[in-house]
Amino acid sequence: MKQFQYVHPASQAAVLDAIAKPGSKIIAGGTNLVDLMKKGVMSPDKLIDINNLPLNTINTSPNGLHIGALTLNSVLSENSLVLDKHPLLAMALKAGASPQLRNMATVGGNMMQRTRCAYFYDTAMPCNKRAPGTGCGAMGGYNRMHAIFGASPQCIAVHPSDMCVALAALDATVTIAGKKGERRIPFTEFHRLPGEHPEMDNHLAAGEMILGLDIPDNNFSKNSYYLKVRDRQSYAFALVSVAAALEIQGGVIKQARLAMGGVAHKPWRLFDAEKFLAGKALTEENFNKAAQLAMLGAKAREYNAFKIKLAPATIAEALKHAGGLV
Amino acid sequence: MNKPIPTSADGLSRVDGRAKVTGAAKYSAEYNQPNMAYAVLVGSTITKGTIATIDTKLAAKAPGVLAVLTYLNSPKVPGHIPTKAQKPGAKSGPLKVFYDNKILYNGHPIAMVVADTFERAQYAASLVKATYNKQAHDTKPPKDLSRGVGAWGGKDFTRGTVDAWKTAPIKLEQEYIHPSEIHNPMELHAIIARWDAPDKLTVWDKTQGTQATRDDIAKAFKLKKEDVQVNSQFVGGAFGSALQVWPHEVAAILGAKVVKRPVKLVLSRPDMFTSVGYRPYTWQKIGIGATADGKLVGITHEAVGQTSTFEDFAEGPINTSKGLYAVPNVTTRYKLLSLDVNTPTWMRGPGEATGAFALESALDELSYALKMDPIDLRLKNYAKVDPDNNKQYSSKYLDEAYAMGAERIGWENRKAEAGTTIQNGWLVGYGMGGGMFGAYRDVAVARAIMKADGTLTIQTAVSDIGPGTGTAMVLIAANKMGIDPGKIKFEMGDSALPLAPMQGGSATTSAVGSAVHDACTVLKEKFQQLMGNGGTDNPDYVKILKEKNLPSLEVLTKSQPGPDNEKYSMQSWSVHFVKVLVHPTTGVIKVDKVVCVADSGKIISPKTARSQVVGGAIGGIGMALMEEAIIDHRYGRFVNNNFADYHVPVNADIPQIEALFVNKPDPYINPIGAKGMGEIALIGMAAAVANAVYNATGKRVRDLPITPDKLI
Repeated sequence: MKQFQYVHPASQAAVLDAIAKPGSKIIAGGTNLVDLMKKGVMSPDKLIDINNLPLNTINTSPNGLHIGALTLNSVLSENSLVLDKHPLLAMALKAGASPQLRNMATVGGNMMQRTRCAYFYDTAMPCNKRAPGTGCGAMGGYNRMHAIFGASPQCIAVHPSDMCVALAALDATVTIAGKKGERRIPFTEFHRLPGEHPEMDNHLAAGEMILGLDIPDNNFSKNSYYLKVRDRQSYAFALVSVAAALEIQGGVIKQARLAMGGVAHKPWRLFDAEKFLAGKALTEENFNKAAQLAMLGAKAREYNAFKIKLAPATIAEALKHAGGLV
Repeated sequence: MNKPIPTSADGLSRVDGRAKVTGAAKYSAEYNQPNMAYAVLVGSTITKGTIATIDTKLAAKAPGVLAVLTYLNSPKVPGHIPTKAQKPGAKSGPLKVFYDNKILYNGHPIAMVVADTFERAQYAASLVKATYNKQAHDTKPPKDLSRGVGAWGGKDFTRGTVDAWKTAPIKLEQEYIHPSEIHNPMELHAIIARWDAPDKLTVWDKTQGTQATRDDIAKAFKLKKEDVQVNSQFVGGAFGSALQVWPHEVAAILGAKVVKRPVKLVLSRPDMFTSVGYRPYTWQKIGIGATADGKLVGITHEAVGQTSTFEDFAEGPINTSKGLYAVPNVTTRYKLLSLDVNTPTWMRGPGEATGAFALESALDELSYALKMDPIDLRLKNYAKVDPDNNKQYSSKYLDEAYAMGAERIGWENRKAEAGTTIQNGWLVGYGMGGGMFGAYRDVAVARAIMKADGTLTIQTAVSDIGPGTGTAMVLIAANKMGIDPGKIKFEMGDSALPLAPMQGGSATTSAVGSAVHDACTVLKEKFQQLMGNGGTDNPDYVKILKEKNLPSLEVLTKSQPGPDNEKYSMQSWSVHFVKVLVHPTTGVIKVDKVVCVADSGKIISPKTARSQVVGGAIGGIGMALMEEAIIDHRYGRFVNNNFADYHVPVNADIPQIEALFVNKPDPYINPIGAKGMGEIALIGMAAAVANAVYNATGKRVRDLPITPDKLI
């Protein structure tokens, strides 16, 4: 690991000052960043530890439920407000990583984690995300875990988070602070597709930091489900995961929210399928149709073709659970 | 009077269990020495070619760096046979570290940095830069017999008629793939090397054989055996990866010589994929035929395993087909394919575990073709004498094992037609698979010392990779001497102690246990002679020593196989029963219940035997459902060389596992009646899972691992 400086400022203003300098990097739980530094994938000159900031609160607010960026994944997954209002989020959190990691990992860090693409992690391999211009090792290589939606010729990596899939489905917003003040963006617009710049995972600008999230109140709590299909029962990234939330009135779906993980460079919201489900009855047939709609535009590569079949199966199964059919 | 004799049924807990779970047990990397330095290896990033330039200047100048070794400046290893002195066309043999500029596989060690801290060594290692003259490489594994070269002289084997299965009324032929599997014990391979004098060396090393490692190091460095001391008191799993001396061990010893300080080298997890062997990728084809009533007519078993370009590693995947069933006609063809990879090695159930996956899957496929229960098919072809050599078995109760396992798993709930049982939205399936492994006994020596305070010390050089050697030895000694196990101290893992074989081939209890038994027998007789009344009761050891004014009484006893070990065919047997749940649309597999039954002679230590079987079953779940070391063949480089991407079962994947034992002593193998256990705990398990998945889904997966994508 390259030698680096380590500071832990006492105020948000001091953090913003510190991260304004090139080569600086925020560290919170460090569950991903430290690995990346050990592997030489990321080599910051200076780590800005933000754990002194008062950003670990969970409280109701005019915008719904507010979650501070330093809230631990484990704390959030067991919080009574979350369990009551947004059980989908708790399910997704508990599907991620391991208890040990969730005890260290923060909400903001979870959003900022990098892809687990093997080519990104191995500095002897080509990777446009790690070293722009070197090519994409995964494109013609071992791409079983890789994207079927929204990829570019530069990058077919996927975002590894479970939590973010639930937050995308729940219409969360992200509060971001910079030297010029605060701004709020929809969670679905926080992460980005690789396009010509796969080195950029999200729309957080240089010198900005995440302060927290807000999840608007909704009527999904009785009918939501997070289904993660993976190679083993715990501590494995998703082959495909689905966050499904339904608001049901008189046996009919009033509105639906759906997002997928393990299929794209960002949590993949299924707007067309949601639209289709609005006003529909809770039937397996409708769920299957919604799942098929969600697959339009999917593109498989050598080793991930199974996702073209697995993704709709997972969507339908998650909807069956959310709708109480299982 | 002495306390009542504790029997094995008393269920002594693991004697070193408390030390292990409290951290008191010290593993090789924990024997820090004064003034110790740390070594980190640098591996090649190409797969084949030569080093053109290697720049170590930056690394050498980095803080704390004491030395950077490469082929250009490394001291020579005196025992390395020069490549050019070898027979033309012959493989060059085990990798000679820092020997020349050749790159033989991706990750081939090209340099080693030694520094005053581990972190500094690791950082400096990242500064070593090499350029290469690349050559085209080949890491693509076998997919048929065509590119293979005959192993063991290249001869095919036939019993009866060649390929007789083809003449049978009911027959099938299928191919089975077993990918490369990395041992990945929890404890990383580690060595601390300390030169005590220019010709005297001490190492703390992860090894399955302290004396074998001593002998190999002595040979490599041209030292006297007695001048090499190997310590390996605790080993955190190995599964075969520590059965030989690897290049990193030689490198650490070289490093210690250069910096004139003790040197510690601990492999990283990615290093574990390229440095200490693995179970080789093996392609297999089985042709099997039977009469309509299920009598086997013939089996043809072909296999090609991968090996390296510089060293042949051959094992016995085809052996199971020769010996597991009474079949008159057997043909086997076994070949090796040399690739630009590191050399494989033995891994738990070496050969047989790979072979049993194919054979026991094929038996299952045949049972469906015959519309016959898989257990009935096996009983119909039950071998009462060894079909390979017509010898009587020393003991075989596999039929009892079948019955015990079938009852406990609830075999009667299995539906003969696949894919027909669904419960709570999940497909339910049952499967079984069995295995055999030779039951061995080697020469071993044990020392038994009774002290005046009534404590007994047992000494042997054996190392223990986790099966519970100490516990079994204490029980053998306690039973023989008629004393409390708490009064027995078992000393091991030290090359200076009495002769013991490597802990491999499931033979430790048989060999070392017999030596302990014999030593205690002789020691007890000595006490009985001292008593002088011809009595056969348990002597009062403390009283006798006091009366005779002796501080202690000790014996050193050699124990070895006799004519019976040649006369009989000696095998351990196992059968695994598995119930799985498979989700019909997502392909998610949950192993719901496992029952393993071992026929391994007398069970010396029930608790640790149970743990060993449970561990084998879990290894089998990994083999069946998860484990696969993946190389990107364009680069010849691993793409899942870490515990996030190379999956082994986690607790959530492990269901209730029942371990049952026939527990009938083998009358011929050794004086204690115990056969081997470690290998058979795994052999056949992957097939049992695959067969259960077929029973659940009607989908036959013949290329491991069985991941959800293969079932949708």
